[in-house]
Amino acid sequence: MSTEPMQVDTDVLVIGSGAAGMYAAIEAARAGCRVFLADRSLIGRGGATVMAQMTVAVALGEEVPDHWSHHYQDTLTAGRGLCSEPLSQLLCERGPECIREMDSWGVGWARRNGHIAQAFAPGHDRARCVYVDFLNTGPAVSKTLRSVTHKTPGIRRAGDLCVIDLLKADDEVCGAVAWHVDSGAPVVISAKATVVATGGLTRLYRRNSASANMGGDGYALCLRANAPLIDMEFVQFFPIGHLAPRLIGMDPIMWDPFRYKLGGRLLNANMEEFTDRYGVPEDGKYVITRDVGTYAILKEVEAGRGSPHGGAYLSFQHIPEARLREAFGPVIDRLAKNGIDLTKMPVEVAPIAHYHMGGVAADANMQTEVPGLLVAGEAVGGANGANRLSGNAITEALVFGREAGRSAAARAKKLNATPAGAAQETIDLIRSDGPKDAPNPAAMVQELQAVMADDVGPLRTATSLARALSRIDELAAALGERPFGRQGKFDMQRLEWFDLRNMATVARAVTLAAQARTESRGAHQREDFPEMVPQWRVNQLIRLREGRLDITRAPAAALEAAQ
Amino acid sequence: MTETATLKIWRGLDRGEGHWDSYAVPFERGQSVLDGLRWIRINQDPTLAIRFSCINANACKECMMELDGETVYACTARLEPREMTLSPLHNKRLVRDLVTEIAPPAERFKG
Repeated sequence: MSTEPMQVDTDVLVIGSGAAGMYAAIEAARAGCRVFLADRSLIGRGGATVMAQMTVAVALGEEVPDHWSHHYQDTLTAGRGLCSEPLSQLLCERGPECIREMDSWGVGWARRNGHIAQAFAPGHDRARCVYVDFLNTGPAVSKTLRSVTHKTPGIRRAGDLCVIDLLKADDEVCGAVAWHVDSGAPVVISAKATVVATGGLTRLYRRNSASANMGGDGYALCLRANAPLIDMEFVQFFPIGHLAPRLIGMDPIMWDPFRYKLGGRLLNANMEEFTDRYGVPEDGKYVITRDVGTYAILKEVEAGRGSPHGGAYLSFQHIPEARLREAFGPVIDRLAKNGIDLTKMPVEVAPIAHYHMGGVAADANMQTEVPGLLVAGEAVGGANGANRLSGNAITEALVFGREAGRSAAARAKKLNATPAGAAQETIDLIRSDGPKDAPNPAAMVQELQAVMADDVGPLRTATSLARALSRIDELAAALGERPFGRQGKFDMQRLEWFDLRNMATVARAVTLAAQARTESRGAHQREDFPEMVPQWRVNQLIRLREGRLDITRAPAAALEAAQ
Repeated sequence: MTETATLKIWRGLDRGEGHWDSYAVPFERGQSVLDGLRWIRINQDPTLAIRFSCINANACKECMMELDGETVYACTARLEPREMTLSPLHNKRLVRDLVTEIAPPAERFKG
C-alpha cells in the first residue's frame, strides 16, 4: 500500500520546542506568519530548557549596577579567545529585553526587596543571574513559553513528530520530512523558512545532564543540508554532576544552585580543598569556571586522590541547617527521602556532559550558509567559544530564538510560494522495514556513549581519538542503510536507529575536530598538547562533502568596531 | 546473592489483545522504575516501548504509567526487589505497551 504521505504547509517550520524553538515560534507568529512547531517529544517537555536548575545571566542591573558590555567581556574571557563576537554581543545586548518580556509573561523571576534578585555565578564580574526558586528555572521558562505559544494565534503545535531530513530545492531549504512516532507514518512539511532549534549533543556521553532526545540531531540535519558546523570539539562538562550516593527524582546538576547560594567546599579523598593546585583557590566560595573545575577534579582522580566512586567530595557540612532550609526549603526534604543529610555528610560529584559550545555556524540573524535554514539556541555554535559561562544557555535560547523567528518571518513574507523539495528518498526510508536480525539499538547507544566518554571526554589524546574514530566507524557500519524495527506505532528501535544515524555523524564531527586541534583550550584538553597556542585562535568549520567530513579553519568573527 | 526486581509489564497495541511479559532486573538500591525499564531495553528487549525524556529529573513529566494500579512517574518510583506490575494509563488512548497519548489535544499532530 503506497498512499500519499501526510502533508503540512506552513510559512515557518520550527523544529524543537525548548525555549529557543518556542520563542522563535512566538516571534514569527507575532509577525503575522503561520507557524508549525514540531517536537520529537512532547511540546515544551523534552530538551534541555526544562532541565535548567537555576541561573540565567543577564545585565539587568537590578541587584547591582550593570551594563551588557560587562556581561559581554565576561563571555569573551570565558570563551578563551574563540567567541564569535557578533553572536556574543547579540546574546548580551538583547538578553535584558527577552528576560523582561519573560517577566511580563509571568515566569516568576525570584525577587528580593522589590527587585528581581540576581545571583553571582563563576566567571561573572558581579551578581548577574536571575532564577526561579527552588531549582525551578527551566520548568518555569518552559511552562511560560508553552502557555504563550498556546495564546498566540497562528501557531500549530505537534509533538511526537521526529524530523528525519530537511527538504531542499535549488540549494535552499524548504521544509522537512518527519516521522510521526505515534503512528509510524511519514509527514512532508513544506515551509518558506525552517528554524532548527533542537539543542545540543550531550546524549553522546555516558553521564550527561540532558534529556534523552539531545543526541545532536539538528547538527546532523544541517550537515546533510550542506550547512557547516563550527567549534565541534568544545563539549562542556559540568564539573560537579551528582555521582553518589544514588538519588531518585533529582537532576544531577542540582548542586550548582547549592554552590551559588551556599558556596560549599570541593574536597579530595584526603578531605583537602584542591582547586588552588589548578590555579583557582576557592576558600568556600564558588568561583571556579567549568573548564578548570572539570580538569581539576579529573586530575585529582588520576593522582589517586579521588572519592570512592571516582570524583570529588562536595561538602556543606559547615553550613547550619537553618541556612540550608532557608536557601532550599523543600529540596532538603527530598534529599532526606534519599537518605542525604548535608549537615552530616558530603556527597560525591564528578564531571558530566552538560552543553555544547559548538553547533551550526550562523550570522547574527541566525541565518546559516543555506538560504531558508535558520538555527536557534544551543544548536547555534560560536557565541560561547571554548567554554560557556554559567547562565548563558537560557539567555541564548531566548535571544537567539526571538532573532531566528524574526528572520524566518522576514523571509517567509518575501516568498510567494514554497518550492516542492525532494522528499521521496526519506519517505522510502521511513516506509521500509528493518532487517530481522538487527542488533539491539538501545545497547548500541550505550556503546557509543561509552566510546565518547572514555575516549572523547574532557581529556583527550591522539591515541584515544583514533581509537574512538575506528569504533564509531564500526558502529556506523553495523547500523546499515535501513532503519531497524518495523513500520507502525511508537517503534523505539526505529527511533533509536534514526537517532544513531545522526549520533554517529555528530560523534565523528566532534572527534575529528578534537583530533585536528593540537592544543588545549577551554573545554578541549589534549594530554599530548597541554598548552594553549596563540596560532590556534581560530575556529574549525566542518562540512559534509560527498559523504566525508571536511575541516577548514577561519579566524573567530570579530566585531568591526571595538566597544 | 544479588537481589532481583521482577517487572511484569503489559505489552500490546490494542487493549483487547495484550499480554504480560516478565523481566528479571538486577536490583541495586537507589534505582528508579525507569532505570529498570531502560535496563530491560538495553539488555533484554529493545522492542519494549516506553515514553520518557528527562531520565531522572522529574522535569518532563512524560514517564507516567501505572504501577500496581496506581499512577506514577517511573522516574520517581523506587525500584524494589519484588514483583512490580506495570501497565499503561487506563484512561488515556493506548499507543503501544506502556506508551499512551498524554499530550493535550492542541499539541498533538493531526494529519
